[in-house]
Amino acid sequence: MKRAERFSIPRNLAACLALAALPAHARAAEVIGETAKQPTNWTAIIMFALFVGLTLWITKWAAARTRSVADFYTAGGGITGFQNGLAIAGDYMSAASFLGISAAVMVSGFDGLIYSLGFLVGWPFLTFLLAERLRNLGRFTFADVLAYRFRQTPIRIFAAAGTLVVVAFYLIAQMVGAGQLIKLLFGLDYVYAVVIVGVLMMAYVLFGGMTATTWVQITKAVMLLAGASFMAFMVMMAHGFSIETLFSAAVDIKGGPAIMGPGGFIKDPVSAISFGMALMFGTAGLPHILMRFFTVPDAREARKSVFWATTWTGYFYVLTFIIGFGAIVFVSRNPAFLDADGNLLGGLNMAAVHLANAVGGNLFLGFMSAVAFATILAVVSGLALSGASAVSHDLYATAIKKGKASPQDEFRVSRITTVALGILAIFLGIAFEKQNVAFMVSLAFAIAASANFPALFLSILWRDCTTRGACAGGFAGLASALVLTVLSDAVWVDTFGNPAGSAPFPYASPAIFSMPLAFAVIWLASILDNSAQAKQERALFDDQKVRSETGIGAAKASSHSLGPEPELEPGDTAIQRV
Amino acid sequence: MATKSSLRIMANADYQSLVWERNAFGWWLTLILCIVYYGFIMIVAFNKPLLSTPIGEGMATSWGIPAGFGIILLSIAMTGIYVHRANTEYDAIIDRIVAGEARA
Repeated sequence: MKRAERFSIPRNLAACLALAALPAHARAAEVIGETAKQPTNWTAIIMFALFVGLTLWITKWAAARTRSVADFYTAGGGITGFQNGLAIAGDYMSAASFLGISAAVMVSGFDGLIYSLGFLVGWPFLTFLLAERLRNLGRFTFADVLAYRFRQTPIRIFAAAGTLVVVAFYLIAQMVGAGQLIKLLFGLDYVYAVVIVGVLMMAYVLFGGMTATTWVQITKAVMLLAGASFMAFMVMMAHGFSIETLFSAAVDIKGGPAIMGPGGFIKDPVSAISFGMALMFGTAGLPHILMRFFTVPDAREARKSVFWATTWTGYFYVLTFIIGFGAIVFVSRNPAFLDADGNLLGGLNMAAVHLANAVGGNLFLGFMSAVAFATILAVVSGLALSGASAVSHDLYATAIKKGKASPQDEFRVSRITTVALGILAIFLGIAFEKQNVAFMVSLAFAIAASANFPALFLSILWRDCTTRGACAGGFAGLASALVLTVLSDAVWVDTFGNPAGSAPFPYASPAIFSMPLAFAVIWLASILDNSAQAKQERALFDDQKVRSETGIGAAKASSHSLGPEPELEPGDTAIQRV
Repeated sequence: MATKSSLRIMANADYQSLVWERNAFGWWLTLILCIVYYGFIMIVAFNKPLLSTPIGEGMATSWGIPAGFGIILLSIAMTGIYVHRANTEYDAIIDRIVAGEARA
């Protein structure tokens, strides 16, 4: 890999690589600017073409099995817990985690680990209190869970709003990241890259629905885990499989033990806790993750899903930590990967990519570049499907048609929405090319933790929760998370260009305020609600509780699950079809 | 009003012990997780040197490493324990309740 030009660090790339909270000194080290286009990398492009070929074949196979809305939304419920666990882990092992966290570890060592831990602890929490209840109560989207005893129209509008806002921010970050990354890895134009991602995403979702989306995600998760394992293995082998030898080599290179402990990542205790809350509880409110619980046949498989998701994500974070330290040893002082000023070629986020070259040569570099692109494709497909379901199932079929839409119509709307979302994603990806999108992934987590999660949590566990409470509190959480983020450094200073230190909201994440606010408003609006509707909703709690605890009456997709036949919802054809 | 079937299940001793035990177990695990994770965050916020201290004389590895990896292992282990118990012990109780309902 000969790169003659000097490349500045991509602000947008670093940004959308989710590292809104990239360690302060890592950010300070960046030269703000766009990514420069790389020489066309044919090995990577051929590898990527092979991956695309494989996924399109998967999509063709999935398309033959996608005949009903249930197939489209939930793969007909035919995914096993192990497969679903890989797919869920795949949603988390984004290009952001892989490139961003390994870069953060290379720059500031231990701080990168603190960041990954926040993502990981969301899983056990979801397992202990929500996973099986969600599966028992829901059907296609998390709004189905809320709608068990709440008034359909308002609660569906809230859930669709929560879904679309989270999906939009997540999607913009991924699209901009894809464009920058591809420009960097493959030497393609930004616009081409964004269009390729948008078109492939539409193809997977449109023709293969959840079946294709899940299998593309599984394929990529296996490739990424295999590639990252190989890199970590090579790094460990070079250090006699002793983690202490690796650490001391890294400390020698860095000229001090600062990388072995917490550094500038945590500025103040309030930001630390707030950020931790957004990551931990946000997981339980991400619509594209929650939707995956409905792709398995029953609560038992739903639990297994989260176990495997936790295991694979945890393993992956251990790998990225080793890869980051490997990059310190093999990349950060290797003149082949540095420009004349001693900066990493292509930017800090290229740490893992250069390490791939260092430990596996050009062919492996091509493989890992293709995997990084594949990762973005798989993640955006899941997001698009989740957004499309919110529109077709929650808004169109339930809120607008009052449950009287025919399955054909609902299916058609979901496909039209997919195309619309694909075009919108391409448009937004291009529009935000030069914007700072650093805050968008953490904002998506903060909104998920402050809007979707409190409404879901209290509707399942608290008898007195009502439609009015859930909607009022949910929207309060959504609005406050949004406003506080706009008033924080990430948007106020970095995006709007106001002077440093002038941001009215001084903390890194709004969750510590917006999440309790949502809970408080749900509580207050619910206890003040004495309408006949509220009484009816409270009376339905017993039925809801029995179903959430036992799965009796739960929606089933295959013929061998518990309980009597579920009440069929309009638009569902999977059960009759078997 | 709850349906007849729900009222019958709620009166079932198996169901009551299932709900009580599983919820208590879930909340206990959640509490442990929160204490460990937010405890770790508080150490990061208030006592950084504690995590930077090497685990042995002349070693590079700091106490932060076993702490961080420990949280990863603990997350996986606690999830595994919960899932195992739910999929064997609790599901057996649910199967009994479902069988009882099928006869009712």
